[in-house]
Amino acid sequence: MEHASFSPVSRVAICGGTHGNEMTGMYVVREMQRQKADQTGSVSITTVISNPLAVDACRRYTETDLNRCFTKALLSSPITDSTPYEVRRAQEIDVLLGPKGSQQAVDLLCDLHNTTANMGMCLIFYSLDWLTLHIYKYIESKMTSAPVRAILLNISKSEAYSLESVGKHGFAIEVGPQPNGVVRADIFNMAKEAVDRTIEWLHEFNSGSTFEEGEVEAYTVVKSVDYPRDPTTSEITAAIHPELQDNDFKLLQQGDPIFLSFSGETVKYEGEDLYPLFINECAYYEKKIAFHLAKKITQTLPSISVKKD
Amino acid sequence: MSSFNISSSFKEARRVAIFGGTHGNEMSGVTLVNLWVKNGAEIQRKGVETKPFITNPKAVEKCTRYVDTDLNRAFSPENLSAPRGDNQPYEVQRAQEINRIFGPKGSPDAYDVIFDLHNTTSNMGCTLILESSKDQFNLQMMNYIKKAISPSSCLVLLNEHPLLKYSTSRSIAKHPVGLEVGPQPQGVLRSNIFEAMRVILKHALDFIELFNEGMEFPSCTVEVFRVLERIDYPRDANGNIIAMVHPNLQDCDWEPLNPGDPMFQTFDGKTIRFQGSGTVYPTFINEAAYYEKQQAFVTTRRESLVASSIRKV
Repeated sequence: MEHASFSPVSRVAICGGTHGNEMTGMYVVREMQRQKADQTGSVSITTVISNPLAVDACRRYTETDLNRCFTKALLSSPITDSTPYEVRRAQEIDVLLGPKGSQQAVDLLCDLHNTTANMGMCLIFYSLDWLTLHIYKYIESKMTSAPVRAILLNISKSEAYSLESVGKHGFAIEVGPQPNGVVRADIFNMAKEAVDRTIEWLHEFNSGSTFEEGEVEAYTVVKSVDYPRDPTTSEITAAIHPELQDNDFKLLQQGDPIFLSFSGETVKYEGEDLYPLFINECAYYEKKIAFHLAKKITQTLPSISVKKD
Repeated sequence: MSSFNISSSFKEARRVAIFGGTHGNEMSGVTLVNLWVKNGAEIQRKGVETKPFITNPKAVEKCTRYVDTDLNRAFSPENLSAPRGDNQPYEVQRAQEINRIFGPKGSPDAYDVIFDLHNTTSNMGCTLILESSKDQFNLQMMNYIKKAISPSSCLVLLNEHPLLKYSTSRSIAKHPVGLEVGPQPQGVLRSNIFEAMRVILKHALDFIELFNEGMEFPSCTVEVFRVLERIDYPRDANGNIIAMVHPNLQDCDWEPLNPGDPMFQTFDGKTIRFQGSGTVYPTFINEAAYYEKQQAFVTTRRESLVASSIRKV
């Protein structure tokens, strides 16, 4: 693969509290603000509590999910009295860290999230970007006490809806399992380390290092499975089966149990071999998702380095 | 030799209620009660009227702990005797309504037993919550449950502390029983947690049926964990927490905490150690709902209570 060069990554935004009840990011940002970590070497860092009203209420959002408000359409929609808070906030963030798609946008936006699913440490990439995938490769090689996984969603730039799409480069750090409203020290320490390693990598990158060609494993989401529901009331009639619960990233095969109904029946998986993730994520009940299913792929990365003037 | 020939007798327990959704985001109770409201066959026992009931429907609908104020703290004498009115917080109105249906609290008309179903984000496993060390009926029931689910464990938390005790929804009944099962995140339904709670209730109802049929339950000892004190997070001048439950303490509910053991970790990595005078048994470690109640965990001490033999009148 041909070597790729990128402009220096000198302006970084670290965002927490995009969902107001996902506590790790909020406390990482607060701690960075307390330590006044705004300039380290070649990198200037902006820290943002994305959804302060939701953080105050300790709710995911107040009117609508902030992390779906960063589409071009919503970012440019006129503000009226009936505009939801999160749409307004998204536009404020776009002014602060963007505008999305312009030269003024921050070079890298890193958005911190938690999940109630047993996913450990994951980096989520909404599109294929050699720079951020090299950051993943670096973090994965340094944080060896537990797996660090890459999740590749395939959302085109024109359809991108999430906060990290405001930056020229961006990714989300997703750590679990952690209940909403709780901050666990082990989860916090992992997320903080991932942020510190990211900044470490940026210093190396900006100073001219070449990051060699290589391969990373990644999970690409193929489809989602909803809970079994009552056809008339649409209420859930089964829970994630105990053999699937907490087994994110363990291969799911035809015939494996996936749900245990309240009346004691086991529902089995039918379909191709796939990897389940976001198993029993609290926020996805309302989105009608019990778990996602993904393929595991190997992605080759070209060597990269900073563009020299 | 001390003799345990003191015997207590109680009238049959005819009216039993099962409360779910006292906190609207604690899903095991919400799901079980909704199931049993539709089809209550599983909870029927001879001679007992068992009523499943969603105590906080608005909170359940919003999947939130409460709407205005914590329902499970709202059953105080002041609230229950206050004049009815729409200007009262929603949960105070609910408490008054529940007191009318299942109480009045403290009167002979109150329900015999109320089971109040709760979940916690803490790693407490199956826990029964006892409000009085003198409730022989409850002690015998809890002893029965513990033996029935053995070798699985079900511990008893006794909260009789004059300051830390609170006015629960179940306190309306003559014999209030709290069921607390964790760990489960708010808003999430875990199959193992749900089924564990279901099994405990099955045994509890079996006990009531046996008692009502005339079985005598001989004197027994019941190990309980008695609430001692509430420990808050370290906070700054603005009330923000400045440390988290230490990784060594996290998930270690019911395990001994000794003076000098790690207790909190600051956000910049320093350890804060437990300064107590002796070993305690912490529980409710890192419960989501207790950040706002200034509680990182409670300390308890282990005690053995003797329950007298009981039989129906």
